[in-house]
Amino acid sequence: MIRFENVTKVYPRSTRPALHDISLEVNRGEFVFVVGQSGSGKSTLLRLALREEQATKGTVLVAGHELGRLPHRKVPRLRREIGTVFQDFRLLPNKNVYQNVAFALQVLGRSGHAIRQVVPETLEMVGLAGKEKRLPHELSGGEQQRVAIARAFVNKPAILLADEPTGNLDPTNSLEIVRLLDRINRTGTTIVMATHDDDIVDQLRKRVVELANGQIIRDENKGVYGTTR
Amino acid sequence: MRLQFILSEIGIGLRRNLSMAISVVLVTMVSMYLLGLGLLAQRQADTFKGYWYDRVQVTIFMCTEDSGEPACDKKAVTEEQKKAISAQLDQMKPLVKNVYYESEQQAYDRFQNQFRNSPLAGNVRVGDIPQNFRVQLSDPTKYEVIVSSFEGAPGVGAVQDQKKVLDKFFKGINYITIFSFVLASLMVLCAVLLMATTIRQAAFSRRRETGIMKLVGASNFTIRFPFMMETLLSALVGAGAATALLWATANYGFNRYLNQLILDQAFIGVSDVWAIAPWMVAGVAALSIGTSWVTLWRYLRV
Repeated sequence: MIRFENVTKVYPRSTRPALHDISLEVNRGEFVFVVGQSGSGKSTLLRLALREEQATKGTVLVAGHELGRLPHRKVPRLRREIGTVFQDFRLLPNKNVYQNVAFALQVLGRSGHAIRQVVPETLEMVGLAGKEKRLPHELSGGEQQRVAIARAFVNKPAILLADEPTGNLDPTNSLEIVRLLDRINRTGTTIVMATHDDDIVDQLRKRVVELANGQIIRDENKGVYGTTR
Repeated sequence: MRLQFILSEIGIGLRRNLSMAISVVLVTMVSMYLLGLGLLAQRQADTFKGYWYDRVQVTIFMCTEDSGEPACDKKAVTEEQKKAISAQLDQMKPLVKNVYYESEQQAYDRFQNQFRNSPLAGNVRVGDIPQNFRVQLSDPTKYEVIVSSFEGAPGVGAVQDQKKVLDKFFKGINYITIFSFVLASLMVLCAVLLMATTIRQAAFSRRRETGIMKLVGASNFTIRFPFMMETLLSALVGAGAATALLWATANYGFNRYLNQLILDQAFIGVSDVWAIAPWMVAGVAALSIGTSWVTLWRYLRV
């Protein structure tokens, strides 16, 4: 589903590579935690998978597309197969819960009928049934992140990338969010989640890929966070 | 459904950036008004000239029964007299380069076209403008040779030097045209820069929405089109307002004033505004689409 082959990424005006010769394969339906200190390359990994950045060397394959050769005009089509969740939620403050989730379908030209069917189902799945009319500032941090997850998942993408989705949440909410992602993963969606949260990683015992200074230093199934904080 | 979404994005964008949209309307209106004035000045020059000005230098009008010229003696020109004039012109080659004969009907038709905005047009009949010979010279400075050869000749009512009559107007018109075009160019530059700035500001104020649209895989068209349409709509409103101002200028300045006051010259009118308006509107549309396309390509990468 996602494959990195000897990928190096060096940002302009930077001497140190953000990622250095990494090779990684994530199969369909897997749930992978990407852990490491700040600056280890976690976000860069996700950005390469999303084609927000391009690798300086090596090959990145996502959902059958070789991203280095993908024409610019085909990038939107790739992104329809990938849902993304961020630490800062990135909701639209002037739209309510329903509208924020529906927005992801409206921009893709889905019919009103389809939107009216799919959005409530998705909101129910993430535990926000009954809160459709609330605005983001009327929700807790955990609820806002659920909206963001609903928006990322409403189009049923094959892959869901989460960049520190629990970074702004308390431990209880963090666990609920990750359990939600786990439920989504069980529907067949591949999940790659970058995180600092050692408790979450230790509790779920999923595959753990650890980065340090742009290199993969550990890749184990049913792993724990480890000693690097 | 996508069309509905795009239309609502356009509406939201215009509401959010209303002051900038109004600025684009006003600047476009002023620049197109100045450009339109320049174009109308040129059309006025062409109207003054009529059909023959650029083609010939001297006109030899024939006698009619109603001619007040003493040489005509209230008699129309005869066929022999016309043949004699034509033969004499032929003998004056190479100074006479070309001779065009214009019948009374042709003269009437051209008059109606040139004086289309004048109340005089309705009062003229076929025959009021004499048949004539229009003479093109190889050396336009030697028009006096023709004047002296034919003035007072049998069958000749009048010999007229076109340029003497009209040249005094053209200097003024040329100044107006140059002034208008220079100002219009500056204003068009202002309009282009303002459109680009408006788009950048709109893109910045909607960066959250466009960021999410990029993430979920919206196409370039879906993301960029609303911005282009906002700019185009503002520019078209400006062009429409400029057209209305030009119409008012032509209607109250020419149709209802100059055309009624000065009857022996042809002036432009409202019909000339309708002739240039489509080109102005098309130019504004092309300018706004081009400016927004370049600005979005630079500042709103998908």
